[in-house]
Amino acid sequence: MDFLPTLWFILIAVLWIGYLFLEGFDLGVGILMKTFARGEKERRVLLNTVGPVWDGNEVWLLTAGGATFAAFPFWYASLFSALYIPLVFVLIALIFRAVAFEYRGKVHSDMWRTVWDWAIALGSFVAAFGIGAMLALTTTGLPLNANGDRVGGPFAWFTWYAVIGGLAVVGFAIIHAAAFVALKTDGDIRHRARRLVGRWMPVGLAPMAVWAIAVALENGKWFSWLLIAVAVACAVASWMANKAGREGLSFLAMGGFLLAGATAIFSAAYPVVLPSTLDPLWNLTVENASSSSYTLGLMSIVAAVGVPLVLAYQAWTYWIFRKRITVAHLPEPHEFGPAVGYVSVGSTSEPHFEHTTTGGDS
Amino acid sequence: MEALDIARWQFGIVTVYHFLMVPLTIGLGTLVAILQTRWHKTGNEAYLRMTKFWGKLFLINFIMGVATGIVQEFQFGMAWSEYSRFVGDVFGAPLAMEALLAFFVESTFLGLWIFGWKKLPPRIHLACLWIAVAGSIVSAYFILVANSWMQHPVGVEMLNGRPVMVDAWAVFTNNTALVAFFHTITGALAVAGGFLLGISWYQLWRRRKDGIDTVDATGRVIVGESATIPGRDKKDHSVWIKSLRFGAVVAMIAFAGSAVSGDLSGKLMFEQQPMKMAAAEAACHDGTSFSILSLGDVGSRDCSEVVAVMEVPGLLSFLAHNDFTTEIKGVNTLVPEYQAKYGKYLPDDPMYGDRAGQEINYVPVMPVTYWGFRMMIGFGGLAAAAAAVALWATRKGTVPKSKALMRLALIGILAPFGANAAGWIFTEMGRQPFVVAPNPSMSGIDQVFMFTASAVSPGVSAGEVIFSLVALTTVYAVLLVVEVVLLTKYIRGGVVSAMPELDQTKKTDDGGAGPGGEADDDVLAFAY
Repeated sequence: MDFLPTLWFILIAVLWIGYLFLEGFDLGVGILMKTFARGEKERRVLLNTVGPVWDGNEVWLLTAGGATFAAFPFWYASLFSALYIPLVFVLIALIFRAVAFEYRGKVHSDMWRTVWDWAIALGSFVAAFGIGAMLALTTTGLPLNANGDRVGGPFAWFTWYAVIGGLAVVGFAIIHAAAFVALKTDGDIRHRARRLVGRWMPVGLAPMAVWAIAVALENGKWFSWLLIAVAVACAVASWMANKAGREGLSFLAMGGFLLAGATAIFSAAYPVVLPSTLDPLWNLTVENASSSSYTLGLMSIVAAVGVPLVLAYQAWTYWIFRKRITVAHLPEPHEFGPAVGYVSVGSTSEPHFEHTTTGGDS
Repeated sequence: MEALDIARWQFGIVTVYHFLMVPLTIGLGTLVAILQTRWHKTGNEAYLRMTKFWGKLFLINFIMGVATGIVQEFQFGMAWSEYSRFVGDVFGAPLAMEALLAFFVESTFLGLWIFGWKKLPPRIHLACLWIAVAGSIVSAYFILVANSWMQHPVGVEMLNGRPVMVDAWAVFTNNTALVAFFHTITGALAVAGGFLLGISWYQLWRRRKDGIDTVDATGRVIVGESATIPGRDKKDHSVWIKSLRFGAVVAMIAFAGSAVSGDLSGKLMFEQQPMKMAAAEAACHDGTSFSILSLGDVGSRDCSEVVAVMEVPGLLSFLAHNDFTTEIKGVNTLVPEYQAKYGKYLPDDPMYGDRAGQEINYVPVMPVTYWGFRMMIGFGGLAAAAAAVALWATRKGTVPKSKALMRLALIGILAPFGANAAGWIFTEMGRQPFVVAPNPSMSGIDQVFMFTASAVSPGVSAGEVIFSLVALTTVYAVLLVVEVVLLTKYIRGGVVSAMPELDQTKKTDDGGAGPGGEADDDVLAFAY
């Protein structure tokens, strides 16, 4: 076993788990915008629970991608090119979602907000599904040839595993987001979020359990089953804490479910990072897909400094914005017209000319 | 068209587009941080208003840079898998470091800045912005380290047909990268300077048109205020004249900086990529003259029909070597040299697809390099000259009433954007046919280079790339319209668009329930 490639496999798993834990709830909040929130005020409450942090959460995805490129270029190249079409959808979804967060409140019109609400909800759903499918396929395999290139056409990746992985991340994101909303809001929305967790948790988390069991059946080790058992125990603990009104505990236990479940999946797959379904000889492994030990050593130093720093200042951010948000906290939407020599009247803001009283020359 | 050509168009489109947002993010972020620092130090409310207004425009633009940046990182693996496999050992590291050490900082601290008004102590709040801006600047450095390695590979050894990193110091202090970094930051500041200048000019013009500001017999401004137009008080004038002058000064200094860094960059490139500079000049024969205008078919690859119409003797030698006499090699001399060093035909290898065994054309597309080079310098110089004129024209405290001049000032915002785009198109197209240009100081088995023809993903079909090209281009076009519409709305709204509390017309209606009223201690200072 090579030490550095193994270390980097673990680190990339950590980055993906960090991504799913953090962006998991903001993707879920995005999906809940159209399915759970009642009315404009609640949608704004949802949006503002993740407002200051969603962009920082998303960088975990870029770091996971960049680290895969740096540490396992062959894994990065084969996986990303094989999933060309689904990743185009993921990219477009992430673009719309990001822009929607920022632009939604910038124009005071119902139609404008409705369009961006759909962008957030659909963008979050497609991104979660696509990334889940990608992660499932990298643990279950793609039809790759000896060079690591996909054969069998643009949709050769489409299998039941892709669907299960997609549903796993979507389902987890929704339940995780509901637990987060229960923790971060107050009033009616908080109680409804708790009810959602209580009612839908088994359904939402089932696909991830199926994925973990499938990978463990294929090439699991003895501890894979142990980890799956821990994940199930965490889910039960989360459910009970939620029922008891312990929202913080429920949210954390949900994180435990993700950590144990994802560790079960990644550790069962190790040392293969991307299996070829055509010939096991063509599997990409931590050894044949990795960078040189010089590069891995350099990146290890960078990660040793960078990762604790990121954790520290992101934790500080969550501390700063720790207060629960309610409908009463929201400032009124800001309406304004052009600062020119006519005034706007009424919400339709139809301009009509009015003589200015100052100045002489006209 | 095959996948390669479509993938190249796609890379060009999404990258140039991304780089419309990036320089404005870097440049405007820096200027907003300076403005907030001024407010913090002087307590002058004009600086607070400037921080809020320019900060709002900064954020509208910032998010587009973030959203389109994800495509940049993913597309290497998606469309250029052979490239990713070849360079991954050295090229992936700066990209990963960019995410881990720079982009995390930028995103997290910008979130703190946006939502931290009145929540964080003022000094911490200001520090958050500076840290975010530092993140965006460091981010540019890492990306340019990666790009410069494609222009001038250093710090590697060939192992089993792939370059592996052996000297990180050499990679991260690549002289090409350091100069490109300097050039990119000055280019970004030029963009931001022009942005402040053009928009402030419009605002001052609007105040005159609405009869708020007038001028006395000597042409000096008499600042007035309007009771009916939201935000148009006396302080408002100060916001715009200060912004205009600040922008103009930044634009001029930035241009001087980009001239110096551009000159350094050019001198390196004559040495490192002589063909690119010969193509920038459409210089077929060896010589010392810089072309002002070359006519004929600049695109004829054998150079047979290019006629130099106007030239400055000695200038080309000066650009390359700081003297007026050293002969610079032209295309006709360089082609046989390249053929001798890097081969006359592409290898007969399936990775080159239909192009396997074809003759290699070492001359970049000359109309693109020739005019790209001139547009970069021309637009940059034009913007700096306009900034100087604007400073002089506003010396008496406001702008002329001319509508045409105001329009010119707004259109002028585009010039530094054009210079940036032209510069990137020039340097990336000028590197062809290589995706990793050879480092001329390496020879024999140490030679590291890669032809673009072999870089594309072998498993991805032309149809897939067409699909993504059409999809991304459509999305980008729609979002560009949305961004410009939003920017326009906020610009026309003036400072009030970013500071609702300045709207006198609304305060009276609300009976003091606006932000800052005592009833609303719990109301967030900013929320989506």
